[in-house]
Amino acid sequence: MLRRMTRLLSGARQLDPGRFLHRGSPAPQSLDAHLDDQRPRAVSCTSEDDPARHGEQHAALHYHIPLQDLKTVFPQGLPPRFIMQVKTFNEACLMVRKPALELLHYLKNTNFAHPAVRYVLYGEKGTGKTLSLCHVVHFCAKQDWLILHIPDAHLWVKNCRGLLQSSYNKQRFDQPVEASIWLKNFKTANERFLSQIKVQEKYVWNKRESTEKGSPLGAVVEQGLTRVRNATDAVGIVLKELKNQSCLGAFHLLVAVDGVNALWGRTSLKREDKSLIAPEELALVCSLRKMVRNDWHGGAIVLTLSQTGSLFKPRKAYLPQELLGKEGFDALDPFIPILVSNYNPKEFESCIQYYLENKWLQHEKAHTEEGKKELLFLSDANPGQLERLCAYL
Amino acid sequence: MAAPCVSCYAALSCRLFLGGRVSLSQKQGVWKAAAAELQTGTGSQILRLRHTTGVSTKKNVAALRRETYTVDFIKKQIEEFNIGKRHLANMMGEDPETFTQEDIDKAIAYLFPSGLFEKQARPIMKHPEQIFPKQRAIQWGEDGRPFHFLFYTGKQAYYSLMHEAYGKLLEVEKRQNQLQAKGLFSEKTKTKDLIDSRWLIKEELEEMLVEKLSDQDYAQFIRLLERLLTLHCGSEEEFVQRFRRSVTIQSKKQLIEPVQYDEQGMAFSTSEGKRKSAKAEAIVYGHGSGRIKVNGIDYLLYFPVTQDREQLMFPFHFLDRLGKHDTTCTVSGGGRSSQAGAIRLAVARALCSFVTEEEVEWMRQAGLLTADPRVKERKKPGQEGARRKFTWKKR
Repeated sequence: MLRRMTRLLSGARQLDPGRFLHRGSPAPQSLDAHLDDQRPRAVSCTSEDDPARHGEQHAALHYHIPLQDLKTVFPQGLPPRFIMQVKTFNEACLMVRKPALELLHYLKNTNFAHPAVRYVLYGEKGTGKTLSLCHVVHFCAKQDWLILHIPDAHLWVKNCRGLLQSSYNKQRFDQPVEASIWLKNFKTANERFLSQIKVQEKYVWNKRESTEKGSPLGAVVEQGLTRVRNATDAVGIVLKELKNQSCLGAFHLLVAVDGVNALWGRTSLKREDKSLIAPEELALVCSLRKMVRNDWHGGAIVLTLSQTGSLFKPRKAYLPQELLGKEGFDALDPFIPILVSNYNPKEFESCIQYYLENKWLQHEKAHTEEGKKELLFLSDANPGQLERLCAYL
Repeated sequence: MAAPCVSCYAALSCRLFLGGRVSLSQKQGVWKAAAAELQTGTGSQILRLRHTTGVSTKKNVAALRRETYTVDFIKKQIEEFNIGKRHLANMMGEDPETFTQEDIDKAIAYLFPSGLFEKQARPIMKHPEQIFPKQRAIQWGEDGRPFHFLFYTGKQAYYSLMHEAYGKLLEVEKRQNQLQAKGLFSEKTKTKDLIDSRWLIKEELEEMLVEKLSDQDYAQFIRLLERLLTLHCGSEEEFVQRFRRSVTIQSKKQLIEPVQYDEQGMAFSTSEGKRKSAKAEAIVYGHGSGRIKVNGIDYLLYFPVTQDREQLMFPFHFLDRLGKHDTTCTVSGGGRSSQAGAIRLAVARALCSFVTEEEVEWMRQAGLLTADPRVKERKKPGQEGARRKFTWKKR
């Protein structure tokens, strides 16, 4: 009912509910739409597809990610709504925004002799932290870094079915399912490194199986994938090895964790006697915490805070102090905070143009000024909200 | 006629009046009529309730007839009312000369506070003309011959009025014909603006003529008056105006907040709104970029649901002022939907001060300025909720 709001027509006094959608004669409006298509797509898209060359002049423009790249670089980690959009439009376009540009600038100027710098992307819900992270990951992948991308740390602290007691450390718990999924995606993302990196210690899995010193990392990953019981340990080994070897300089390591506040929050997992498990008692969480410490060099750590999947945190919390808690904040200190905020007018306009060019917005008023103002008001320039507003029902 | 009366004096006088021309309906519980008649020597009193059960020889046929009051009786009532008014003024410490009907109402409400919901059941003190229904005096003389020549039509007042109106119509036509013949007829005569008055409705006309009318009679009369109006009669205006009542234009009653100015010279306007149990207060600034803060929180975070934000958008969108005003609101009570509705009303009222009167009228017609009267309906006993009944079991 609210959609049929009466509108004041300037000069005319008709109060016609439900007719404002069809104001004016239909013919000129369809012509208008045609003209929109024929305009070059440079309005909202840029042809610069290499993130390394993105600069200030590309701010608020969309750039393409080839779908092939998408499969290798991002087997995991893209937000589900974005994946749906990619499937619909048959192309993956990411907007170049200031926080990502800032991060790229820092990354380009990293000194690999110094300890890894931690960058924390934080902001309100729906402002684009995850996609900024993906932009950075794409850049690093193009630069041939080794990507250690944990798509959502919250998945490791809630809703886990098979919890096993760890064989390595009796007090900890293993999560075979999550670990194996992650190993699979890690393998897809970093195929070429798996054969190059050699393990530096001997690891005994059980009475019959062991990995010799000097064998490629791929062997450890295979072991984790085939023997699901050892998957968590395999993950731990991979992380340890990578950390140690990145200091040697053979490759650059990017540790990208989305929802890092899960590592220091609470879990919703329970033991058999229904007592809660603390995050420290999860092996995966422990190894990840060690990874995120800045006692290694040769790479960078990019983290994102997220309230959306977090447990027991109020909806309006978005600051690092609130989401990480004292423990997490101390563990991550010092870090460089990067605020991701809502769209500025230029970015908003660009986003709407992108939708219009893809013929996603079908409403007659979508390309008029009033329509844009309505969308701006209703979404308050929040990217997530705008996407939901423009989505199909 | 032995019936319990308050005083046998009353019964006696009752019997005396029975023989007279006035027949008091003797149904049980007729209070004022009989009692007030009998207070011969008691002087000035405010209407006193005295229950006298009527004495009746006949069966209850009289219950069907309306009560009739004599002219003397009415006159007596008026005297008593005036004296009572003066007493009341004295009681309240006001000047008896300038004691108006509103003052009487206020005094009675003060002296007899009543919690009854039905306003017409509360104590009133009004002029007898407004209390006793208007009645026709006896329309025939002692010899039985009627006074009015149209008595035997059955609706003498109505037909005499029709005669009068038609007579005036003929007169006006005759005058116009004469003027035209002399060549002095001018088309230019101003017709009074009829936009803010309406014809009498049938009930009002019946009340005026103290006679029952049918719908066709009423329609005929109005047609005649309209015909009279079309003839541009300047002289008969007064006659026609007797049958018109004024109509107030709704929007003039809208209270528009004045625009205030704060220290930096920025214009702003404040107003309140309510919906169910939510109360909101909104401050709308004259110039801004469309930011809204609710209880210090951005409206996107305070109202995560799109429906609520659409409600906030409605007043601005209607007036085409989407990105032009900054708003700060405080809201409390209710749920998310009623808070959104309360803020919408407050914002619409605040925007009235920045907008022309015409647009205020349009907003009022769109329903932006009306407080939503719906509240939660009370649960009734014997039912599970306000409307839902308990599950019906056959046995």
